[in-house]
Amino acid sequence: MVTALDVAAGTPDPELPMLTVADLGILRAVDVTAGGVTVTITPTYSGCPAMPEIRADVRHRLEVAGFGQVTVRTKLAPPWSSDWITAEGHRKLAAAGIAPPSPAARRTGPIPLTLGLPASPPCPQCGSPRTQRTAAFSATACKSLHRCQDCGEPFEAVKAL
Amino acid sequence: MSTDNPYDLLGEDHDDGHRWAFGTGFTDPLEGIDTSVPDGLDAGALARYCLALGDDALIYSHRLQQWVTRMPELEEETAIANIALDLLGQARMLLARAGGILGQTEDELAFFRAEQDFRNVRLAEHEDRDFAELAGRLLIFSTWRLALFEQLPAAPDPVLAAIAAKGAKELTYHRDYAAQWVIRLGDGTALSHERMQNALTTLWPLAGELFRPDPDALAHVEPAAVDAVLDTVLATAGLDRPDAAPLAGVSDRTGRDGVHTEAMGYVLAELQSQARAYPDATW
Repeated sequence: MVTALDVAAGTPDPELPMLTVADLGILRAVDVTAGGVTVTITPTYSGCPAMPEIRADVRHRLEVAGFGQVTVRTKLAPPWSSDWITAEGHRKLAAAGIAPPSPAARRTGPIPLTLGLPASPPCPQCGSPRTQRTAAFSATACKSLHRCQDCGEPFEAVKAL
Repeated sequence: MSTDNPYDLLGEDHDDGHRWAFGTGFTDPLEGIDTSVPDGLDAGALARYCLALGDDALIYSHRLQQWVTRMPELEEETAIANIALDLLGQARMLLARAGGILGQTEDELAFFRAEQDFRNVRLAEHEDRDFAELAGRLLIFSTWRLALFEQLPAAPDPVLAAIAAKGAKELTYHRDYAAQWVIRLGDGTALSHERMQNALTTLWPLAGELFRPDPDALAHVEPAAVDAVLDTVLATAGLDRPDAAPLAGVSDRTGRDGVHTEAMGYVLAELQSQARAYPDATW
């Protein structure tokens, strides 16, 4: 039997459709009561333009699957972290040529300034560790741009957040 | 269906009422969030404070958007567009927080207020005359805003606290980006050094307003905390800290009181004219 969680979790992300909202960790909860289904999602970045589409997609998929009275809630706290991307999400990112994020920094106290070039992840195309970040921002806020010094290919990486 | 092209998944059904393309019909960015004001908190003061922080982000974002298509390299183009988008996202949530208390939508607040009703600091409306001013201004603004957003998660309003906790992660990237460019320009050629130093001289008088006492504020930024970061960057860049008095207000009233520089009218004309000419437009 297909549960509401299965249906909601299968919703593709509009920006990274090779991943589902569950893979990305933006699906926070699916609660089923006699009154209906309540889905809770959280944005990756404040300016994420895809939230209304994700909300509509989740609702639509649940309704098509026969679940009535669907409510989609947004939850801002705690803020999304790239650490919430699942192992399956990491695998799908790498398969799509996007380097998965490194673990986000855990800290107490003031956020330190980073003045040098940060570590660059291994090339998702050829596996070489000799890569360099070329830009801190890419086509979406959640990614940075890199280049592999061995195979010469440019690639994107999901930023640690 | 085939999943060879994952983008096909987005178009797998197109029933009535189902859409995936972006457009108008933006929903409240705080939809589904408990926006009741906690007991004991002055709702009016909270609305004013959220409006001020939202206006900073809205106007600053617009200034950055004006650079798009004019940046020296594609990588900087995407950086500035992304920073502008982050700030616009923060602005939308903060204006929605204020508007929920004031009984107005975020669009009404953004597009149908007059200049004297905007509460942004004058630093946010400054027109960058070159890339050095862009980098220097972003360094000052993001260093101050990050210091504030690091404090605000302890604020008594859970919505503002959550917006700040999220925004702080974004501002960390903005500050690093700006700091790295200030260093590259300051520690670059004689010409880039001169222009970076000139930019700081121009911008410094606008920084003082960030630290004016605000009776509505729900967190406090120590000027020394901001100075420590700025001094580190300037020292690394080989730049001098300008010795400039803060830009005076009018009868001591500044941006937070709705008294702006000449630049503000031009920003609003561009930001608001479309919405005012076609109030019900959709696309």
